Amino acid sequence: MTDLTPVLSATWDAEQSWKLSTYTDHGGYGALTKALGMEPADLIAAVKDSGLRGRGGAGFPTGMKWGFLPPDDGLPRYLVVNADESEPGTCKDIPTMLSAPHLLVEGVAITSYAIGSNHAFIYLRGEVVHVYRRLMQAVREAYEAGHLGKDIHGSGFDLDVTVHAGAGAYICGEETALLDSLEGRRGQPRLKPPFPAVEGLYARPTVVNNVESIASVPSIVGKGVEWFTAMGTERSKGMGLFSLSGHVAKPGQYEAPLGITLRELLEMAGGMRNGRPLKFWTPGGSSTPLFTDEHLDTPLDYESVGAAGSMLGTRALQLFDDTTCVVRAVTRWTEFYKHESCGKCTPCREGTFWLAQILERIEDGHGTDADIQQLLDTCESILGRAFCALGDGATSCITSSVKLFRDEYEQHIQQGACPFDHSASALFDYDSAPAPEEAHA
Amino acid sequence: MTSTADKATAETVDTVTLTIDGKETTVPKGTLIIRAAEQVGIDIPRFCDHPLLAPAGACRQCLVDVAAPDREGNVRAFPKPQASCTMQAMDGMIVNTQHTSDEAKNAQEGVMELLLINHPLDCPVCDKGGECPLQNQALSHGRSESRFIDVKRVFEKPLPLSSEILLDRERCVLCQRCTRFSKEIAGDAFIDLQNRGAMQQIGTFDEDVLGFDGYEPIGVAAEDESGRAFSSYYSGNTVQICPVGALTSAAYRFRSRPFDLVSSPGISEHDSSGAAIRTDHRRGTILRRLSDNDPVVNEEWITDKDRFAFSWQNLSDRLERPLVRGDDGELHEASWPDAIARAAEGLKAAAGLTGTPADKKAKGVGVLPGGRITMEDAYAYQKFARVALGTNDVDVRTRTASDEEQEFLGSTVAGSGMGVTFADLEKAPTVLLAGFEPEDEGGVVFLRLRKAYGTQRVLTVAPFLSRGAEKLDATLIQAVPGGEAAALASIKGAADAAESLQAEGSVIIVGERLAGSPGALSEALRLAKRTGARLAWIPRRAGERGAVEAGALPGLLPGGRDATAASARDAIAKAWGVDSLPESPGRNAAEIIAAAASGTLSGLVIGGVTPSDLTDDLAAALARTDFVVSLEVRRTDVARYADVVLPVAPPSEKPGTFVNWEGRLRGFATAIRTDAISDHRALDFLGRELGADLKVGTVADVNEQLALLGAAGKSERVKAPSVKAGKARKAAGDELVLASWHLLVDEGALQDGEPYLAGTGRTAVARLSPATAERIGVKDGVVTLTAGGRGTIELPVALTDMADGVVWVPAKSPGSWVAQELGVHPGALVRVKGGI
Amino acid sequence: MTYDGETLAQLEKDAAAILGRYPVARSALLPLLHLVQSVDGYVSPDGIAFCARQVDLTSAEVSAVATFYTQYKRRPNGEYQVGVCTNTLCAVMGGDEIWRQLSERCGVGHDETTADGRVTLERIECNAACDYAPVMMVNWEFFDNMTPERALRVVDDILEGRDVKPTRGSAKVAPFKEMSRVLAGFEDGRADEDQGLGEPTVVGLKAAREQGWEESK
Repeated sequence: MTDLTPVLSATWDAEQSWKLSTYTDHGGYGALTKALGMEPADLIAAVKDSGLRGRGGAGFPTGMKWGFLPPDDGLPRYLVVNADESEPGTCKDIPTMLSAPHLLVEGVAITSYAIGSNHAFIYLRGEVVHVYRRLMQAVREAYEAGHLGKDIHGSGFDLDVTVHAGAGAYICGEETALLDSLEGRRGQPRLKPPFPAVEGLYARPTVVNNVESIASVPSIVGKGVEWFTAMGTERSKGMGLFSLSGHVAKPGQYEAPLGITLRELLEMAGGMRNGRPLKFWTPGGSSTPLFTDEHLDTPLDYESVGAAGSMLGTRALQLFDDTTCVVRAVTRWTEFYKHESCGKCTPCREGTFWLAQILERIEDGHGTDADIQQLLDTCESILGRAFCALGDGATSCITSSVKLFRDEYEQHIQQGACPFDHSASALFDYDSAPAPEEAHA
Repeated sequence: MTSTADKATAETVDTVTLTIDGKETTVPKGTLIIRAAEQVGIDIPRFCDHPLLAPAGACRQCLVDVAAPDREGNVRAFPKPQASCTMQAMDGMIVNTQHTSDEAKNAQEGVMELLLINHPLDCPVCDKGGECPLQNQALSHGRSESRFIDVKRVFEKPLPLSSEILLDRERCVLCQRCTRFSKEIAGDAFIDLQNRGAMQQIGTFDEDVLGFDGYEPIGVAAEDESGRAFSSYYSGNTVQICPVGALTSAAYRFRSRPFDLVSSPGISEHDSSGAAIRTDHRRGTILRRLSDNDPVVNEEWITDKDRFAFSWQNLSDRLERPLVRGDDGELHEASWPDAIARAAEGLKAAAGLTGTPADKKAKGVGVLPGGRITMEDAYAYQKFARVALGTNDVDVRTRTASDEEQEFLGSTVAGSGMGVTFADLEKAPTVLLAGFEPEDEGGVVFLRLRKAYGTQRVLTVAPFLSRGAEKLDATLIQAVPGGEAAALASIKGAADAAESLQAEGSVIIVGERLAGSPGALSEALRLAKRTGARLAWIPRRAGERGAVEAGALPGLLPGGRDATAASARDAIAKAWGVDSLPESPGRNAAEIIAAAASGTLSGLVIGGVTPSDLTDDLAAALARTDFVVSLEVRRTDVARYADVVLPVAPPSEKPGTFVNWEGRLRGFATAIRTDAISDHRALDFLGRELGADLKVGTVADVNEQLALLGAAGKSERVKAPSVKAGKARKAAGDELVLASWHLLVDEGALQDGEPYLAGTGRTAVARLSPATAERIGVKDGVVTLTAGGRGTIELPVALTDMADGVVWVPAKSPGSWVAQELGVHPGALVRVKGGI
Repeated sequence: MTYDGETLAQLEKDAAAILGRYPVARSALLPLLHLVQSVDGYVSPDGIAFCARQVDLTSAEVSAVATFYTQYKRRPNGEYQVGVCTNTLCAVMGGDEIWRQLSERCGVGHDETTADGRVTLERIECNAACDYAPVMMVNWEFFDNMTPERALRVVDDILEGRDVKPTRGSAKVAPFKEMSRVLAGFEDGRADEDQGLGEPTVVGLKAAREQGWEESK
């Protein structure tokens, strides 16, 4: 049995956990003092050695990303924190920022010092106003306490932090789209190369890291690389937040070493709701191919999940029991991708438009046998051909669900209707009113 | 400075060698795969890619299979197909296109299918049908039947982005060529992507289209910058580069099928840039004009005037036969021989060449060709004047002009060959503009300067920063009209502008308006000398430089020779096989008109001059003149006073040469064969009838002579001007100094008959500084300008950050015909009053 | 431009503060659009013109941005934006039924506003609170673990003019314009307001504590 390892979440239940005083009472900003006494290059080396990998989904080694910045040319370089948490199923960064915003701010300060940035930005999605309040306050408190601003802790290092609210666009979680958005543009992905490390924000060297990645930095610096590498697996080091949601008895945030299994997590979470069988789940958000109960023992690390045909992603474990219609689930996700496609490239823009129509038709019972093949063909026209990963992500749930539950698609087509009672999967009894409308705007 | 020049010559280009579909090719480092493929004759389908625009990678049609060496040198295939329009070629790269890779072919077919699901497939009624990249590629690479059986995206159509540019959104493939052109090339971001995802579309900020509540009018002065209309001077280029039929022009929509058209290359007659155009015509009628690709001049871009203003030559007032004034006082159609005979007879009498006692009363003939003629025509006019009529009274400068300017042109411009080029402008570290607005007066010159945006410093001597200058991020050296010379003189020593101009390759551009500012051209020469910057004269009209070369100025003979120098006259006389050339100094255009008006001239030969463009009352002068011969394309106001009207061909119906401002010969052939003849041929007839064989009957005849004459020797040259810097007039009371220039799209005669183009013109406003407006008590937003001319101008006021004591109005925009109504040139004082 | 002098002066002052946060002016555009919403209750054409002037863009470039992001409204928004998550997980757990009943109660559909201007209903995408599904957001504050009854009570309270309380977050939901001002980056002094921790946020922490697994050394 793997233990839970609350590190990021350790102080969340403290009184006024979001306050600077609470944070410092728990040793907060100690790591910053330590870091400021180190050479920036040694900090980068430490994060490289820790094996910390990007917690925003892609899993790219964080230290290596920092190391990609070209040598200092005396001109600005930037740290941008990706706090645009929007991947369906993902709900780890929001509670982190709501309950422990200083963890992020301290991570920002240490990281900025390591990469030689004097201005960092936290790009928060705009749809969480209280989180924005907490972040703005945390930054203000940190300035007032000398953790930000001029000559931090007497080190001579200066740092400004701007907390920026987005305005509703999933695509801005893609790092180059986020940079365009932060520059006041439509959040559409940029061509790579040049990569952000070379030409990022304002065409200057830029590191873009996820909230959880940056929030992990103080503990790595404070407790040491070995402490961190003792957790996790060979190539997936450290701890991470696993977010369980859906038909589980006790949904929520479980911070554990990478490599823990869903079976273990489910046990801590009290099993599935009403003891019903697990039908399918996403290991890392809606853009990762679906798993079933066959994968209960797959270690949740980058390599094992990849080898099993999906992706660890953001460790957003959405669990669905046998009352759930997979066609309905996949249709709704596809409508999401259609809604959030930025429109830049043909495959994603037109492909998601088409997929949504086919799926809606099948779900409504108007599909044909040819439609299933058409779904797969259209997915093929998107996968690997779209401009960015959003298009690829849109195909994951379709291709994996057709593979795993083809018979369910066929049932919809043959019966001319959805064979499921949607109310059975809800947490409450439906009203006796007419059947729910399904069309998504 | 010299050492860097040496280095430049030794510069070598880094290259990379790659293999595309089994063909090895070597290209400069940084070349995109799609370009490298073109070089070995492999066509990769594409929509968003355009060689002059930054890569977008949006349409994904050009996906190819790529393998490239990794750090260890092992060639490894990319896991997924790559967009060849965004990926640079690398040494050792192996590219397989749709011709050799199933993966690439599948990917391209997949993208094509997706592009078509929402496309209306309305090719039979689409203007682009027959020349449409989407149609062509769908036919060659697409499926024969669509598998899409659902509901297509539909939009209301067409959506007018301006009076000229229409958008059919459902045809659009969102390649962003139009928006990238508008932003990157023209600097007019009036259109952009709107909405998101499947509902993404191109558009302006249109409240109705985008569903915004609460529109409030933004006001006249802001209208042009508001983005409400797609009012870019270069908007037509978006139609040409649209790879589908989404953008069309109101002028051409539903007029023709491309395969019914005959295409002829040509040169635009609208400005001195000499932009290469393609004229598409059907059965003798021009249906449209497009930009031709000429990398050294206009690249692939032209102005909307170049593109859309061609109707003028086929309006109902087009002359087809000569007209002769009969005894009844009316003009009657006549045969060419009769008309020539009648014209010769009248001119003989007026010039005193009849050999009768009446010759004593003859006061001579003046010749006024307009500035829009070809070099061959200009040559014929001046030779006709000097040989057939025995006078130096010939001048194309029916605009503000001066002796100083003639000296400047004779000493510095004429016979100087190619000087500063478009490429030089692009490379120049600093460009100083004086009396010249590149966007309004220079056409594609503006685009070249803008191409250097970010790397080039632009300085402009002007009363305010025009929108065009703002788009060049220009620094204003403020000058009141008339005060340009002093402003130029102040650029010296440690002045920031002087230091900038000393950077090697810097250029000073002077416009024709400087002729109206005493001492300005002299100062420009001095400035060039003390900074080492090169000097370029960029006139507005297409024929000006050619006329300077051909000697169609009173004091200039062909090749820049000084008409007052005996040696120069002798040389020309000898070459022309005549005894001598007239010695008496010629009069300039204004003086010729003044002489005619005062009855001291007996005859006028006039070609292509629009009376309303002149500050002088040409009509009164013509009325006073005994005998007037007019050579024109359309029956204009001049014909009302003419005794003989000879119809001549517009540029599309004749061959000839425009010399652009660079000094580059821009020869063109006849696009549409008609029986219309060139001015020079008509003058050749007329010369013969007058007993002079001018040998100007064909383009070849003229060019042969010009080649033989060559440029003036040093001793035959006009001396450079050295005129003391003049001073700007002082504004006092309600009298303000007039500033004015022609906007690119205005009511010039060559834009007649094109309402869609006219609709994209900028709103005419009177610009005043806030302080001046307050001083003269402008309250109700409208001012009236008077200057003792033939009328008044009333325009809404636009408060502008500009020199005090100055009022700016457009030279010939709706409601603002400055020359005609005010009768003065910029620099003069005009009375400005609030209210109507 | 139809802003009165006082409004315009305040807008310009706020815009200057926003512009001061960024090294490059254009970065201020998103907060400026939030600012416009805090004054007009939506992105008005006047607001577009105002933003265009502040960051030196054409209005087409500003509307290009304003129409890309779903939080920017093109018509006057209700005082309370009620968003029901109907992305897969929330929909399955009951979000669809909540939506149906709210829409029926308010008599409006997606992105429509009740006649009294109190409520604008919206189907929203995943709002990063999946462990609290089904989720509803009122002016972007969390209303967790919704049922049709709870959701209807919230909407009824709004329609009847009563303040509403989120389940996590501030003490009461700020009206749309006030909330928009916060999104423009202006603190409203309410960061310390709190509704207590939700169980899912600390469920793992509690489990660890129970097992003595605390990792804090």
